[in-house]
Amino acid sequence: MKVLVPVKRVIDYNVKARVKPDQTGVDLANVKMSMNPFCEIAVEEAVRLKEKGVATEVVAVSIGPSQAQETLRTALAMGADRAILVQTAEDLEPLAVAKVLKAVIAKESPDLVVMGKQAIDGDNNATGQMLATLLDWPQATFASALEVSGNKAKVTREVDGGLQTLEIDLPGIVTADLRLNEPRYASLPNIMKAKKKELAVEELASLGVDTAPRLKVVKVTEPPKRSGGIKVESAADLVSKLKTEAGVL
Amino acid sequence: MAVLVIADHDNATLKDNTEKTVTAALKLSSDVDVLVAGKGAKGVADAAAKITGVRKVLLAESDELGEGLAESMEALVVPLMANYDAVLTPATSQGKNFSPRIAAKLDVAQISEIVEVVDANTFVRPIYAGNALETVQSSDAKKVITVRPTVFKAAADGGSATVETIPAPAAPAKTHFVDQKLVKSARPELSGAKIVVSGGRAMGSAEEFQRVIDPLADKLGAAVGASRAAVDAGYAPNDYQVGQTGKVVAPELYIAIGISGAIQHLAGMKDSKVIVAINKDADAPIFQVADYGLVADYKTAVPELMSALTAAGK
Repeated sequence: MKVLVPVKRVIDYNVKARVKPDQTGVDLANVKMSMNPFCEIAVEEAVRLKEKGVATEVVAVSIGPSQAQETLRTALAMGADRAILVQTAEDLEPLAVAKVLKAVIAKESPDLVVMGKQAIDGDNNATGQMLATLLDWPQATFASALEVSGNKAKVTREVDGGLQTLEIDLPGIVTADLRLNEPRYASLPNIMKAKKKELAVEELASLGVDTAPRLKVVKVTEPPKRSGGIKVESAADLVSKLKTEAGVL
Repeated sequence: MAVLVIADHDNATLKDNTEKTVTAALKLSSDVDVLVAGKGAKGVADAAAKITGVRKVLLAESDELGEGLAESMEALVVPLMANYDAVLTPATSQGKNFSPRIAAKLDVAQISEIVEVVDANTFVRPIYAGNALETVQSSDAKKVITVRPTVFKAAADGGSATVETIPAPAAPAKTHFVDQKLVKSARPELSGAKIVVSGGRAMGSAEEFQRVIDPLADKLGAAVGASRAAVDAGYAPNDYQVGQTGKVVAPELYIAIGISGAIQHLAGMKDSKVIVAINKDADAPIFQVADYGLVADYKTAVPELMSALTAAGK
């Protein structure tokens, strides 16, 4: 069984995003970039499927600039077998990403796609669902457990207030939530080995997919600043202020 | 233009995310209809009909809609979009599950988790976990939007719309519902709670976390949250995590105990109305966003807080 894992290069989750003074976006120059945390969970899950003997091949795919090769190398170091970069300088919207992934899937014919539920830059939480729709494949989003047997996947999903379990026929799309697993750190020998694994680079234009943006970014601004308040002297003082001043008790 | 709002409910009760989303929809158009998709959800539809400003309520029922299957929701909504210019869904885990499918089927962008309607084509949405706000203008003929309900005031009751039953789509062929386990907790759900009490790594163990945080939360009728550090250390379960990679909350009152205030955590709670921080380190970054800070060891501060609350009649 072949598993495809799309991964995205984003600002590291420990770095505070800063808005550019000209309000055109977030400043990414000289900022630490890493694999999107939810994509890391997806890679880990795919690699575990391989270690269990369920998956035979794990292919990582990224759509982005040439630096996204580093992100793919991370996926390879974690245990993916090979990688594909669809290279573009454009910042694609989820619908366009889904269309590009659909084109990659047409060539690769995976049995299962495991991907992060959302990227922590755009925070859209849409690509997996859109991809499932475009392919007419079943979807199981926000997975906290995944069990594959034969041509079916049993997926436990995080829903409001609890857990839901679905069974989907493969091929299908699973999007990873935080609880699915704890991603491993790539060991040094595996990082070295990853350098020798296949990483194919393809230009976005060669796929012939319509990736024109549908949304125009008018501006990107700082959220209203929250100013620090006051220090209270005691717990009793705190309760009285919450009651009378803030009116929240 | 006409706008469709998809109701948030559990087949028994209408959730106030619906009224909040109606408020956002009314900023786009005065022709707002509400769709209740579920099973045995007539009571929900009747409740939706009472929301002020709602023109009509559509009710569709089937097993799969009751189970909230994304494929069924999409199959129901997409044909309805012939009559609407926009569809607004509360950005709950359920809404986030099916809404992008509607967008993909209509070949339009989804505008995710809006926090402001500027005009019928322009919306503000948080990106980078709320560290930036993006104003976007849509060129699509139909708008597919999810709404962050916490920022909109609930539309009041007082309407008397009609309820119209519409047919449900056929069951999806490749997705099968197995079961659903909802946590039966006396505590409110974290993402919608009015008060949240969160604990951090300072707790030191899962036992200590439960000993300190749980009674305080119960006294306040609050939900329990945790920092990523506390979750990573195994002091609290994963679904307690408030932050960029966990849940984004905006309660009336957020109480952070023994939480230093990493960027990751602040991203998930800084839109709370009132923030209280209790930490023994006076330089902890959490104090920069807290309305009320108490520099104290939680070991003494929390028991004192408990008795002060009792004295105040809580």
